[in-house]
Amino acid sequence: MENVSSVGIKDKLTALYRQYAAQISDGMPEAMNRVRETAISQFDALGLPRKGCERYRFTEIMTAFGHAYGYSISKLAATTDSQTVFRCAVPDLDTYTIIINNGWIDLKNSTIPANVVATEMADGANKYPELFAAHYNRLAAQKYDTTISLNIAFARSGLFLYIPDNVVVDKPIQIVNVLSGNNPLMVNQRNLIVAGRGSQAKIVICDHTLANSQFLLNNVTETVLQPNAQLDCYCIQNLNDRSSQIASLLIEQNTDSQLIANTLTLHGGFVRNNVEVLMAGQHAEASIYGLSLPAGHQHIDNFTYVDHAVPNCTSYELYKNVLNDESVGVFSGYVLVRPDAQKTNAQQSNKNICISPSARMYTKPQLEIYADDVKCSHGATVGQLDESALFYMRQRCIGEDEAKMMLMSAFAHEVVRTIRIPILAERYAEMIENRLRGRHAACGDCFMKCEKR
Amino acid sequence: MDNTNIISEVTDSEYKYGFVSDIEHDTIGKGLNEDVIRLISSKKEEPEWLLEFRLKAYRHWLTQKMPTWAHLDIPEIDYQDIIYYSAPKQNVKPENGEIDPELKKTFDKLGIPLDEQKALSGVAFDAVMDSVSVKTTYKDALAERGIIFCSFSEAVRNHPDLVRQYLGSVVPPTDNYFAALNSAVFSDGSFCYIPKGVRCPMELSTYFRINAAKTGQFERTLIICDDDSYVSYLEGCTAPRRDENQLHAAIVEIVVMNNAEVKYSTVQNWYPGDKEGRGGIYNFVTKRGLCKGVNARLSWSQVETGSAITWKYPGTVLLGDGSSSEFYSVAVTNNHQQADTGSKMIHIGRNTSSRIVSKGISAGQSQNSYRGLVKVSANADGARNYSQCDSLLLGDKCGAHTFPYVECLNNTAVLEHEATTSKIGEDQIFYCNQRGISTEDAVGLIVNGYAKEVLNTLPMEFAVEAQKLLQVSLEGSVG
Repeated sequence: MENVSSVGIKDKLTALYRQYAAQISDGMPEAMNRVRETAISQFDALGLPRKGCERYRFTEIMTAFGHAYGYSISKLAATTDSQTVFRCAVPDLDTYTIIINNGWIDLKNSTIPANVVATEMADGANKYPELFAAHYNRLAAQKYDTTISLNIAFARSGLFLYIPDNVVVDKPIQIVNVLSGNNPLMVNQRNLIVAGRGSQAKIVICDHTLANSQFLLNNVTETVLQPNAQLDCYCIQNLNDRSSQIASLLIEQNTDSQLIANTLTLHGGFVRNNVEVLMAGQHAEASIYGLSLPAGHQHIDNFTYVDHAVPNCTSYELYKNVLNDESVGVFSGYVLVRPDAQKTNAQQSNKNICISPSARMYTKPQLEIYADDVKCSHGATVGQLDESALFYMRQRCIGEDEAKMMLMSAFAHEVVRTIRIPILAERYAEMIENRLRGRHAACGDCFMKCEKR
Repeated sequence: MDNTNIISEVTDSEYKYGFVSDIEHDTIGKGLNEDVIRLISSKKEEPEWLLEFRLKAYRHWLTQKMPTWAHLDIPEIDYQDIIYYSAPKQNVKPENGEIDPELKKTFDKLGIPLDEQKALSGVAFDAVMDSVSVKTTYKDALAERGIIFCSFSEAVRNHPDLVRQYLGSVVPPTDNYFAALNSAVFSDGSFCYIPKGVRCPMELSTYFRINAAKTGQFERTLIICDDDSYVSYLEGCTAPRRDENQLHAAIVEIVVMNNAEVKYSTVQNWYPGDKEGRGGIYNFVTKRGLCKGVNARLSWSQVETGSAITWKYPGTVLLGDGSSSEFYSVAVTNNHQQADTGSKMIHIGRNTSSRIVSKGISAGQSQNSYRGLVKVSANADGARNYSQCDSLLLGDKCGAHTFPYVECLNNTAVLEHEATTSKIGEDQIFYCNQRGISTEDAVGLIVNGYAKEVLNTLPMEFAVEAQKLLQVSLEGSVG
């Protein structure tokens, strides 16, 4: 099924949905089922995003979709062994762990804090019908990206995480998202995270593949920060280089809430991250960071959209790329300041280093501003390592490779230092160094034999 | 002092050049088809190849749709409701260097002296009204040095080889929708050729004036600067105050050869429409320069205060090794004006550099967007770009937007882009007030300082003019 057309894939996926609509809806909550039909119609009408359209200007989504994938409607029997969990654990970091295998939660192997609700989407909808109905698909429905429509139509598995009002989670919650199996597989995972009033939590999401098969992970996470909530969300993306990942993180921030979103992309053949933040309450603060270290033929596209709908909010974005080999990096950042969203403070920064002659970088930071009493800025740079700094170090007997490594680590450090879990930050730095040295940056010892391309 | 009042005073000033001259016009009927194009071509006694060029462009245009990607709200344009050729009738013979007194009066009123004795020293003008060039001054003095400066029609007659070689070489007719339209129906414009090693002793200038109602203006400028030569070129434009919109779709092509330098300045002051947004010119222009030779240099400076809708991206293709280009722009929008403008820098040769400085000022209910492209192709080793685009907001109903695109396919490139959007700081105003400077003067001072970097790049006479224009455009908008 190589080289299939975009229309072919669209028809195939629509037909797949129509054929199995009953099974897909079976046992799922009404809130999820009632939006499926609209979503699939939208997907059918618009098709997959085309390269060249404003949101996918430099990204060919068919790279992800243009292969034959299996699709599983029901939960697979496979469970994760404790070794995997151990392998993904961050040494010395005490966390709660939630294991998700091919989109389905493995409750048996998970440790869940007592004062937090973490369960399958269907269970969440049954236990908290009002909360679920109030938030499910509220953010996703308004998006124009048809990969999200596809997710809405197919969604069955995923995590419902609710941190009740005023709960302060004592340890970070680590969500280990593993993809396994020996056959190509498409996973449409759907998560809903609600951080209640005044709650505080730190979440670490690790995306891994446990096999060298070709996976497509189309992940949509809706996150609602209720007033005064504080949420740190650290994502580490590390799929194998044959796999593709589309991760949409859709966030609503209410009054006085604080968010840190930090995405580290190491491996993964095709990665598209959509981070969309809606400032819905005043005095909310969002810090959005991203670091990508593509090599080989990787294509990494970071898309961010910050919608300042109300006054007095602050957003800060920093995205960095170190591009090696024939990799392609894309950054599109969009800041919208709506009329009357006065006193908005929005900053956006994208810095890139191209190491190899064939690496390509496309950047597109954008501001759309309809209020006058604002401070908005953006900056973008593409360059190389500072030659005078290299020279300085070489004068002092530091080998060229080592000197370059130091400079690259320093470049990455600006993102790493924003992590508010010190041990995780150390682990990050280690993984980044491994990655830059060309080693596989899996958590723990590497068992994967990634193809050298 | 009430700040709101000052702002409204600043933005309320009237458009000075809105008068209509009572001149008889030789006008063709409305509408656009192949016959109209043949008619324009025959009126201008053009050679067969040029007619073919036009028809080819027209046929391509028919296959195209008007692009909608710009951040602009453009009412539908009825291309059959436009007059594509309108020439002011002259009762004298322009070939003898004479000029109709009525026309002369019009240009005198605009401050463009067509009398060489009275002229601004050191500036040669080509005055274009509607579809034809009315008069070119200092032609002979320039010809002594081998410089060709004349109307486009004249160039087609007298220098067909040069025109044929370069016409459409920088902006091909298939480039975009309006380039195709212009290539099909362009009527006149300026042509300029600077021979090898010549430094043009005076500023060359084209002044475009729309006078006739219901016409569109489609002029074409072609500048060729041969090896080691230099020219500074200025373009100005105005139009009468009318309630209906008029279309202006021009093309500017510049070819810069080895070690040559071109400085292209624009003071664009088309009628911007009234306070309710009625009328005004649609200014959809394709301007592009090609730095063809080694170390070629092209500099764009522009002050944009007019037009109901401005949609243009003067750009440079840096083909020659070591070539460089600069773009300096101040774009002011007020009332209901809209602008989507910026620059494109395409780096192809090695060690090329470019610089973009764009200053947007929005007032009233206007929308002002910067859209730019910096592209470094795979072989453009050592490319360097610096872009800066700042937006200043005067009033809470206007919008300022920034859409830069950076595409880097080479790892030796160093590209920087930065943009800021803010309003005039209260602390800045307070600082001035403390020192006895009224709020209005303070705003004038700050806006001036804000635009200074760009205004400084204009030729001196026009910098003064542009500064005044800036003040007038913003009159009544401070607060």
